[in-house]
Amino acid sequence: MTATTAITTRGAKTAVPRRRAGEGFDWGQPIVYVVALAVAAIAVGPVLYVFISGFRTNPDFFTNPAGMPDPWTADNYLRVLSNPTFWNQVFASTVTALGTTLGVMLFGVMAAFVIARYDFKGRQLLYAMFTTGLLFPLTISILPLTVLLRQLNLFGSWWGLIIPQVAFALPTTIIILVPFLRAIPGELEDAAMVDGTSRIGFFWRIMVPLSMPALMTVGVLAFVGSWNAYLLPLFVLQAGGAGSDSYTLPLGVQFFSTANGQDTTGVLSYTALAMLPAILFFTLAEKRIVGGLQGAVKG
Amino acid sequence: MTALDTAGPAVTAGPAPSRNTKHSARRTTRKWGEISLFAGPAVLVYLIFVLLPVLLAAFYSFFNWNGLGPLDRFIGLDNYTRLLADPVFHRSVFNNFFIIVMSLLIQGPLAILVALLMNRPLRFRGLLRALIFVPYVLSEVTAGLAWQILLQSVPPNRWGPFDTLLRSIGIENPPAWLADQDVVMWTMFGILTWKYLGLAIILMLAGLSGVPEELYEAAALDGAGWWKTQWYITVPLLGPTIRIWAFLSIIGALQLFDMVWIVTGGGPLNASSTMAVYMVKNGLNVSQIGFGSAVAVVLFLISLVIALVYQRFALRRDLAGAITGGVR
Repeated sequence: MTATTAITTRGAKTAVPRRRAGEGFDWGQPIVYVVALAVAAIAVGPVLYVFISGFRTNPDFFTNPAGMPDPWTADNYLRVLSNPTFWNQVFASTVTALGTTLGVMLFGVMAAFVIARYDFKGRQLLYAMFTTGLLFPLTISILPLTVLLRQLNLFGSWWGLIIPQVAFALPTTIIILVPFLRAIPGELEDAAMVDGTSRIGFFWRIMVPLSMPALMTVGVLAFVGSWNAYLLPLFVLQAGGAGSDSYTLPLGVQFFSTANGQDTTGVLSYTALAMLPAILFFTLAEKRIVGGLQGAVKG
Repeated sequence: MTALDTAGPAVTAGPAPSRNTKHSARRTTRKWGEISLFAGPAVLVYLIFVLLPVLLAAFYSFFNWNGLGPLDRFIGLDNYTRLLADPVFHRSVFNNFFIIVMSLLIQGPLAILVALLMNRPLRFRGLLRALIFVPYVLSEVTAGLAWQILLQSVPPNRWGPFDTLLRSIGIENPPAWLADQDVVMWTMFGILTWKYLGLAIILMLAGLSGVPEELYEAAALDGAGWWKTQWYITVPLLGPTIRIWAFLSIIGALQLFDMVWIVTGGGPLNASSTMAVYMVKNGLNVSQIGFGSAVAVVLFLISLVIALVYQRFALRRDLAGAITGGVR
């Protein structure tokens, strides 16, 4: 009898660790739900508002800005979805984000491989060089970078986005990848050597597949970073004189908003549709993003 | 003939070491070949597009230059003296530090509190976390445009969505969120808190998941209440997470640009300008690359000093081995 009670209390304790024995009702629990729901509502409320108000007409919006659509109309959304510029911008964002992601993953894993598994003079210097990159965010170098890109004839082109974005993502990438690659056991390498594989073959056939989890994290971070980027496209594409058809989505939304300031519900639907890919992508890659951030904190 | 002569004695002297040196020389060449093949592309791109621009910024900052013509008007420290004398720049620096201080005082404690409350088995825990994280995933541009529309106010009678909502719950005279010079930075802080609180909560929850369960049981046995347990056990153990979050938050606040640029453009009357906004306004709109570069250098120096001081005094233990000693 005593044994059974002991077991059940222990079971209860692991399930709800901070509920103490003898306490009738855990008042903490409802409060927790209220707080969590309130925070979630504040977080999502403005986003929902944008999506819902995209279904309104402008006169309806200005009569009661905080109300629900009356009547509901999909006109704004249909207008954006049938606007070729919007799709061109989706395409521009996709191409530059994918290009950045592939570049970061490839260059990153190659450099991290050298730093993690080669023994040579200057290895520490190489690693230190990349890690100091954390101290040089894009904001600081954007003006000279613009001059440089103009001289390299990359101004106004997607390459002018992709290449610098790859470069600026390298520090984080290498910091994440180096410990991961180093943790892969050396016996694997010896075995591969005995089987007659070269270092390059070892890299492609063993290192890259084994480091896929870390590479995916790095790739997701690079993709999201590129997809949401604003400062670099502002300088490279807008100041670089590219047409609004080759703008990336954030730049395109901002341009649309400036050009159609009076059409508030039109801007809201354009914004909503521009938010959608980020939200969809996040739902698909949530574990990677959150896991990557948590890993970064746990060290 | 001579070749044969030199080769002769070497062979007789001892074939083994000779072949060894040749072999290892070839191996060394191959090793360096592999190293440059693998690391070369990353190093090249990084040197040209990350490190070179920083050096160029330092260089350009001594010139009066619009970025196009010949770079021949060397003016020494004039850009810096002009910058340091400009009240708009003072206001910008102040605004950056306003966001830093408010984040540390309000955002951090708020995130810790929510995370402490949520750190227990909950129904829909995954869904709640995902919802809280949504603002962080959105681009600053879409989030900024949303807030710009939500907070618009056109006095006397046209209320924006947010104000209409406030009036419906009895708040008749809300401030002009984006148009009042004294209010705009508080508004900006509110928007930034909305955008980044979720990230902070997720980070804190991650830190909390590392606190061993036994400690709570021990505290419960000693009769410690929930608040006492959190204050004396959980929060101190959360130290490393809090310090890293604070570091990220400070650096982020120093670079603050996108959100301000989208929502207010630095206005009204530069009241919400930040260092980066000030730099872009001068560099992009007025095309003064030299002067803008001077702003970038000052911004970098401020960030560097803060980063070094912070690492020296707060992050040292946490990051030992993570950044400096990563390669042994």
